[in-house]
Amino acid sequence: MKVRKNIAISENGFIFNPLTGDSFSVNETGVFILQKLKEEETIEAILQSLMDEYELDTYTAEKDLNDFLSMLKSYQLITND
Amino acid sequence: MTKRKVTVAATGLNNIDSPGPGIPVIRGLKESESLDVRIIGLSYETLEPGIYMEDLVDKVYQLPLPTAGSSVLKERLRYIASQEKIDVLIPNFDAELHNFIKIQDDLKKELNIATFLPSQVIFDERQKSELGKFGEKYGVKVPESQMINQVMEIRKLEERLHYPMVIKGRYYDAYIAQTYEQATNFFYKVVAKWGYPVIVQEFVTGTEVNVTAIGDGKGTCIGAVAMRKLYITDKGKAWSGISLEDDELLEISKKVIENSKWRGGCELEFIKTKNDEYYLLEMNPRFPAWVYLANGCGQNHPEALVKMALGEEVQPFTEYQSGKMFIRYSYDLIVDIAEFQKISTTGEK
Amino acid sequence: MKPNYESPTIQKLNAGMMNKFGSRTEYTPVKFIDNVAIADLMDQYGSPLFVISERTIRQTYQKALKAFRMRYPKVQFAWSYKTNYLNAVCQVFHQEGSWAEVVSGFEYQKALRNGVPGNLIIFNGPDKSREDLIMAVENRSLIHIDHFDELFMLIEIMEEREDVKARVAIRVNMDTGVYPQWDRFGFNYENGQAWNAIVKIIAQEKLQLEGLHCHIGTYMLTANAYAVAARKMCELAFAYANTTGKHVKYLDMGGGFCSANTLKGSYLQGSDIIPTFDDYAEAITTTILQFGFRPDELPLLILETGRALIDEAGYLLGTVLATKRLADGRRATVLDIGINIMFTSFWYNHRVSPAQDFTQHVEETTLYGPLCMNIDAIRESVIMPILKKDDRVVVHEVGAYNMTQWMQFITMRPNVVMIDTKGEVHLIRKQETVNTIVDCEVVPEHLK
Repeated sequence: MKVRKNIAISENGFIFNPLTGDSFSVNETGVFILQKLKEEETIEAILQSLMDEYELDTYTAEKDLNDFLSMLKSYQLITND
Repeated sequence: MTKRKVTVAATGLNNIDSPGPGIPVIRGLKESESLDVRIIGLSYETLEPGIYMEDLVDKVYQLPLPTAGSSVLKERLRYIASQEKIDVLIPNFDAELHNFIKIQDDLKKELNIATFLPSQVIFDERQKSELGKFGEKYGVKVPESQMINQVMEIRKLEERLHYPMVIKGRYYDAYIAQTYEQATNFFYKVVAKWGYPVIVQEFVTGTEVNVTAIGDGKGTCIGAVAMRKLYITDKGKAWSGISLEDDELLEISKKVIENSKWRGGCELEFIKTKNDEYYLLEMNPRFPAWVYLANGCGQNHPEALVKMALGEEVQPFTEYQSGKMFIRYSYDLIVDIAEFQKISTTGEK
Repeated sequence: MKPNYESPTIQKLNAGMMNKFGSRTEYTPVKFIDNVAIADLMDQYGSPLFVISERTIRQTYQKALKAFRMRYPKVQFAWSYKTNYLNAVCQVFHQEGSWAEVVSGFEYQKALRNGVPGNLIIFNGPDKSREDLIMAVENRSLIHIDHFDELFMLIEIMEEREDVKARVAIRVNMDTGVYPQWDRFGFNYENGQAWNAIVKIIAQEKLQLEGLHCHIGTYMLTANAYAVAARKMCELAFAYANTTGKHVKYLDMGGGFCSANTLKGSYLQGSDIIPTFDDYAEAITTTILQFGFRPDELPLLILETGRALIDEAGYLLGTVLATKRLADGRRATVLDIGINIMFTSFWYNHRVSPAQDFTQHVEETTLYGPLCMNIDAIRESVIMPILKKDDRVVVHEVGAYNMTQWMQFITMRPNVVMIDTKGEVHLIRKQETVNTIVDCEVVPEHLK
């Protein structure tokens, strides 16, 4: 799972995809996950760091992360390879 | 003479192909000979061109949509007022006026922001559905109209109004029906969109002429400029227009402003018939998008409004130049995405 | 300490997007009702939970009363039982001085049990049985006759009685310039039906016409309609006086005042467009005062205001059961509050607030109820902060009609508590149990 190249992620959660011209807004948790994805961390590692960072149980973490990733995919912001 | 500094907030920055009046109002203010105006733009969407016109708009804040209600609006203005000292605020959208009229006293009292708006009563009196009563009360001819709730009532009206007749929604939309079948179709169309009642109006033929005017709220018409559209866009909006010298039209317009004690800017839409009779079709409760033409021919209405909002006496304009034209054009602003990011993520720019 | 977690969200920015700026403050979390913590209420009484603020009821009532009293010398409110007939609620109104306004034998019994003297009960509605009418006659209640069949039944009942007169009024319907015209109740003014009914009553020795009643509609956005109605009522009252030399004692203008809820399809917020009590009072009292009654003959003005007096005092607390993603990518939030207990969600876009802190990020979501029924949605689309399972929400202005029109469907009806003016919490209706429902059932022997 990788963030497409050239995608700009700003500190305050603004994302611009130069490939499609779309822009997005994400919240803090979203920025956190996207940064980990940029650093090419595995899903398992991201799950763990989410739980290290926040007060959070495994089920919620997994459910929320999957949901977020599916949204990123539908917006063509990440690729599978 | 040194110009006096004032800060004015204005909405209606949607200077698109069917433009809002915000930018024309701001241009009038920027050209004031006595005021040095700093402009706070108030926007609803992130792509309103005015947000990015830095030579006209000094700072921009997003507002909550009118549907959020007046208390949310007040809350947002409280925040903006903590950042900026706003002297006068000019709302330019029909849909937001109800909320601004509702909170106008609080704005003055709590935030010391002046507005120059009509009262709710007069604002309501000129609503489409009340036009008949409005005409009678303030002495201006209006097309005969009737509010109906049942489609069968059209049959009863046929004798009085004849075809073609106009089928109108309570707030928006108007269709010209040539036959009973068409009228019933439009009736249902309007009901589906705007609900009951439906307005059936006499179709008056002639030339459309418009007046942009401003009243002081005490029965004096401070200014009025008449205009005829020369060309319209496919959306029916003026593309080009010319100022007219039409004393009778101006007299009628002044009478409406004076009798209704209208406070603030407005647009009066008339039909002039072949027999030189003037029928008022609509009174819009704010400046029209072509208000800059008034400035162009000698009456700076936005400037007059700001001065009156600040409590100053303004002498009525007595003349303007006829034969001045406005021609609209579009223009591509080049903007970096960083600008868009700023307004999108912070709501300010 | 670890930072508070919020589910990750992403929102596409486009020209038509809902703008969140400024709406940031639209959702201040609501954590207290009358200084009582919502978390404590829900921990003790469960979820969902109806909460009624006694203080808000009393304040609203006083506001309405003052609006009319300062304009008109003789004003009487009668609490509309159907709007909320929980006994505790009714008693607050009765303590404030309200009579009772009922529309069925069931409600009539409730009012009697609440200790309302029979002569202070107004009996409205199209459904009054023979037994109901006899009871009302004996208790000297005010019978507001709805149709000729009822009038004839009453005449028949009175024929068998000695030494007692029925105190009656007629309900009048009329054109007040608003749509829809409520012409299904009472006798029509314009076509002369109302006058015919009055003439019929005049001819009956044992019927005593005490007043005239109308109820022109519900959620009336124009106060002027009441002025039109009041004028027509006055005309009837004068016609009666001219014919008989007697005056009716009261004009009952019914209900229909708006609460601050926003109707579905309304562009502006309800609270921004509804008339105030003062607007309604001005329209009604000016018309009556200017009509030409002699000061000593001014009729008592009765009001049957329901919704506008109780809506704001009612809250519904609930819990997020789940959040999910719909096929088209939209967010869906499933609450334990369903349309079965929140009937008014059919016509209002109720305001819903989170009951805990959140960030400024918001998302469009549908709020579904817990029922396994497709229609169970309490808001089709609402911009809310990011909610997660077990978060709590507060639905506002649910005091009117929900606690009477609720249904026992799929789930059972929850607890209702009242916070008194001192901040004490009282359970005023216990949550239903399986027995509440099953005890009414009878299974034939062969199916056991």
